[in-house]
Amino acid sequence: MRARLNLVIGLPLVAALGGMALVALAWTPYGPTATSIRNRLKAPSSQHWLGTDEFGRDVLSRIMDGASVSFRVALATVLVAILAGTLIGVATGYLRGWTDRVVMMVNDALLAFPGVLLALAIMVVLGPGEGSIVAALGLAYTPSVVRIVRGQVLSLREREYVEASRMIGNSDLYTMARHILPNCIAPITVLATSLFGWAVLSESALSFLGLGVPPPAATWGNMLAASRSYMESAAWLSLAPGLCIALTLLGVNLLGDALRDRLDPRMSLR
Amino acid sequence: MRAPDPLLRVEGLSLATRSGLPIVEDLSFRVDRGAVLAIVGESGSGKTMAARAVIGLLPPGVVRRAGRILLEGAAISEQPEPALRALRGPGLGMVFQEPMVSLNPAMTIGAQMAEGLALHRRLERSAIRARCLDMLRRVGIGEPERCLSAYPHEFSGGMRQRIMLASVMLLEPKLLIADEPTTALDTLTQKDVLDLMVGLARDHGTAILLITHNLGLVARYAADTIVMEKGRLVEAGATRALLSAPREAYTKALVAALPRRTPHPPPAPRGAPMLTVRDFVVTHPGARSLFRRRVPKRAVDGVSLDVHPREIVAVVGGSGSGKTTLGRAILGLVPHEAGTLSFDGADPFATRAARRSFVLQAQMVFQDPYSSLDPRMRVEAIVREPLRHVPELTAGEAARRVEATLDDVGLRGFGRRYPHELSGGQRQRVAIARALVRRPRFVVADEPVSALDMTIQAQVLALFTALQDAYGFACLFISHDLAVVEAIADRIAVMQDGRVVETGHRDDIFDRPRHAYTRALLEAAPRLDLAPSTPVLKPSAA
Amino acid sequence: MIGYVLRRLALTVPTLALAAVAVFVLVRLIPGDPVSLMFGDGGTPEQVAAGRASLGLDRPLPVQLALWLQKVAAGDFGHAITNGQPVLPLILQRFQVSASVVLVAVAIAALIGVTVGLVAAWKQDSALDVAIVGATTVILALPTFWLGLIFLLVFGLKLGWLPVIGYVPLSEDPVRALAFLALPIATLALHESGVITRMARASAVEVLRLEYVTHARAKGLPERRVLARHVLPNAFAPTWTLVGLILGNLLGGIAVLETVFTLPGLGRLLVDAVFARDYPVVQGCLLFTAFVYVMVNLVVDLLYPLFDPRVAAE
Repeated sequence: MRARLNLVIGLPLVAALGGMALVALAWTPYGPTATSIRNRLKAPSSQHWLGTDEFGRDVLSRIMDGASVSFRVALATVLVAILAGTLIGVATGYLRGWTDRVVMMVNDALLAFPGVLLALAIMVVLGPGEGSIVAALGLAYTPSVVRIVRGQVLSLREREYVEASRMIGNSDLYTMARHILPNCIAPITVLATSLFGWAVLSESALSFLGLGVPPPAATWGNMLAASRSYMESAAWLSLAPGLCIALTLLGVNLLGDALRDRLDPRMSLR
Repeated sequence: MRAPDPLLRVEGLSLATRSGLPIVEDLSFRVDRGAVLAIVGESGSGKTMAARAVIGLLPPGVVRRAGRILLEGAAISEQPEPALRALRGPGLGMVFQEPMVSLNPAMTIGAQMAEGLALHRRLERSAIRARCLDMLRRVGIGEPERCLSAYPHEFSGGMRQRIMLASVMLLEPKLLIADEPTTALDTLTQKDVLDLMVGLARDHGTAILLITHNLGLVARYAADTIVMEKGRLVEAGATRALLSAPREAYTKALVAALPRRTPHPPPAPRGAPMLTVRDFVVTHPGARSLFRRRVPKRAVDGVSLDVHPREIVAVVGGSGSGKTTLGRAILGLVPHEAGTLSFDGADPFATRAARRSFVLQAQMVFQDPYSSLDPRMRVEAIVREPLRHVPELTAGEAARRVEATLDDVGLRGFGRRYPHELSGGQRQRVAIARALVRRPRFVVADEPVSALDMTIQAQVLALFTALQDAYGFACLFISHDLAVVEAIADRIAVMQDGRVVETGHRDDIFDRPRHAYTRALLEAAPRLDLAPSTPVLKPSAA
Repeated sequence: MIGYVLRRLALTVPTLALAAVAVFVLVRLIPGDPVSLMFGDGGTPEQVAAGRASLGLDRPLPVQLALWLQKVAAGDFGHAITNGQPVLPLILQRFQVSASVVLVAVAIAALIGVTVGLVAAWKQDSALDVAIVGATTVILALPTFWLGLIFLLVFGLKLGWLPVIGYVPLSEDPVRALAFLALPIATLALHESGVITRMARASAVEVLRLEYVTHARAKGLPERRVLARHVLPNAFAPTWTLVGLILGNLLGGIAVLETVFTLPGLGRLLVDAVFARDYPVVQGCLLFTAFVYVMVNLVVDLLYPLFDPRVAAE
């Protein structure tokens, strides 16, 4: 029942925001970076549904463009972190031994840095830009993925069907590919959804701090940072981007909950 | 003068899930003061829910639809929660199935025992302590003072069940509800705990409602029995009459499902053994850490054993006896530290090729049918997987082999299903099919039926023996259940603390046990003898 | 027990050492030379070389690492390039600001979260539970920096209840200091209480299913006592770990929130140092953060046996 509700709200939200990001690739009402001195700080109107900012840029167009930046970055980040983390987690968790111990020690050391801080430090090394954000966030989240996947593998490893696979005469590689990995897919999918939310949030936070995608590129974080100076005179500037981040997180979290409810019972069917 | 009310009377009890699925339908029974009544049934019979309804602690999803529950004539099912709470403890006590999760891990034993007393009896702290100590001594806890300040995790399952019993009996309940109280324990501990329970109850005049699936226990401890199936009462009556002359088909099936010794004596082993184990030692390393190096535990300590072609050798023993580890070590799933193994006269672990050839000829059937099948694979894929390593089979031959093997285990047409669509018994049949599809010459079966319901257990055992007859594999059959072993084994090795204390032919072990441990096991094993002239309660093995 | 403490202590050493190496490597990887930055465009090659030598930058990297570790172990984090101040006192001073916000906020959040989570689990699937879960879902979706902005807008600008920008140390003027800290604390507490409520609810739901809870009820204990003595302690153990993780993560600086509320905290120090390419400060901040994280988790783990005695026994 609750799973249904999660899905019914979460899926359309994510679909709508994702759709907006897709549309922005081809079309936005105005150019997201097109300035217009005459139209500075205009309140929402029929021409500019969400108003204009301090350079007279159309907020709706920038929100749409920001959506595609955010989603692109978040998707790539999730891909990097999940791929790297799953590979390392499955291999170390299944094979154990000294490689596992060394990798886990390094992993624990990296986990000692809060994700955003680690990403921030990596951003400093790599310099600003979308690619850097993806690399930084991907690297920052990989240790968490490793830890979670490895935990899952450690418990799967004790299942009798994995022992049965060894008894049949299957190689380690085959057992990992045929019996371990497929049974990790469900928790990894759930993890990927929450990771997507974190990535959107972190990218916005980095941009908000001025360490993300550099202006004038439209990102939700940049827009929020710029809006701070006009909070009293133009409150709409801080409402729209924040609301977009919140709705994205809401949709993704609900979707993740719905997925977990659907995938977990079967996983843990004793 | 009317007859006094019985201690407990349940009238027309019906339970259902909130969505309306019936769990118990129109159940009526009574328990007299100081009597022992058993409710017998398989999983899904509703016996546990019926017991929970009596004490008013149904899980959130289950509701009472109809019926009354009367304790000493008072309808407690109609009473408000606070009145019920006053009854729980001194009126109704309950002992649970899983000793590992029925004591609070974050509270000392003393605090958990004391809180019931403090609530229901006005007693000084020192008096509470004295009573707790006294009761712990009664249930055979060695150092009761130390036990009071200890946490549950410091005790074994059997000890925890004693502590649980002590904490419940401390309040001297009029009725003790025991829900499968010893299912999680091994045979010897089971007998100790139940003897203790019945003894304590007799001393305090407590009646017992014993929920169990084990007919042997019923025969030994309960004067009266009711049999439940799918939420309904099937048959009720005096235990002896009910078990020796069951009237209803389901009761007959239950009694018939009890494993029995095959009449013909097992053949003497002929020729050279196929598998020889000599002075086998397996140690559990213990967790390595910087500051504590746990003393390695010898799980298997110098075991020697022979298995001849077409022979079923059973390894029996209590939990921690090392029987499971022995089976795994023989197959190479855990390494052995010392000793020799030979298969067809050669060491199967000497070379890669030898190991490979051994793995192709030896298989294993695991205990837990819920974790031994990959949940993401269809039945036919699971059964076909071992044939990957039989390259001489063409795809068509492999498919036919899979089909034939599924036929063998009675699962024709189940190939497209996933494990979660199967019952426990069906899953175990799949596991057997997977083990046999390559026609192995040697199979280790690790408690293959102990997770199954009685009637299913009988079916799977019958299937297993039939397949063993047909394919002629040799088998190492690991079990804690003497009744199962008696029905299936040719020879038996009894293990205790990692050693084999006695080996012999089945009839010798059962009829002429030599070692004290074997005798204790046999005596503790709940069995019924259904010859009409002899008493149902079998005093002890000859 | 002593074995557990020692084992846990021993675990921190390699983690800290590896974290230090990671910080060192990371900072060396930053493009651009701090010394050329120090002199701007005006330094002669000789001056730059002398500057490099004074910072030890002319030695081989392993030697630099060893020297640096030695100094760090002695509490010498070097001097800031921008203003020449010693780094460690600077960090500690800023840390006080971050820590006071974080500690108060997390304490409030834990109190609210555990209570609300327990009640929701106890009344699982009731209207109250659904409402609580719904509320946490919304709270978790609100980014703290946006929530902070909205709070500023509403309570600072529109209602004018609280000052919008500025900071006064608690030691100087406690009342005004609290006025400045109220909004950041409220923002953070609201967000973290959502996180903790979810966790507390989930673990309480698990615990409520266990037989020892039924056992407690079968003894006739009233619900209040069942919850307080049997459910709460066991449900709190995993929540306690989560609180530790939250603290460890936040104490390293809440850069974004500090930016919103213009608080001179540790996170802001790091961000400013990054912009100024002030390596010693960046290095110091990262290392200090890891240190705090490891220490917080150490304390959390050492206290864990209080909630779950099984852990110490291994």
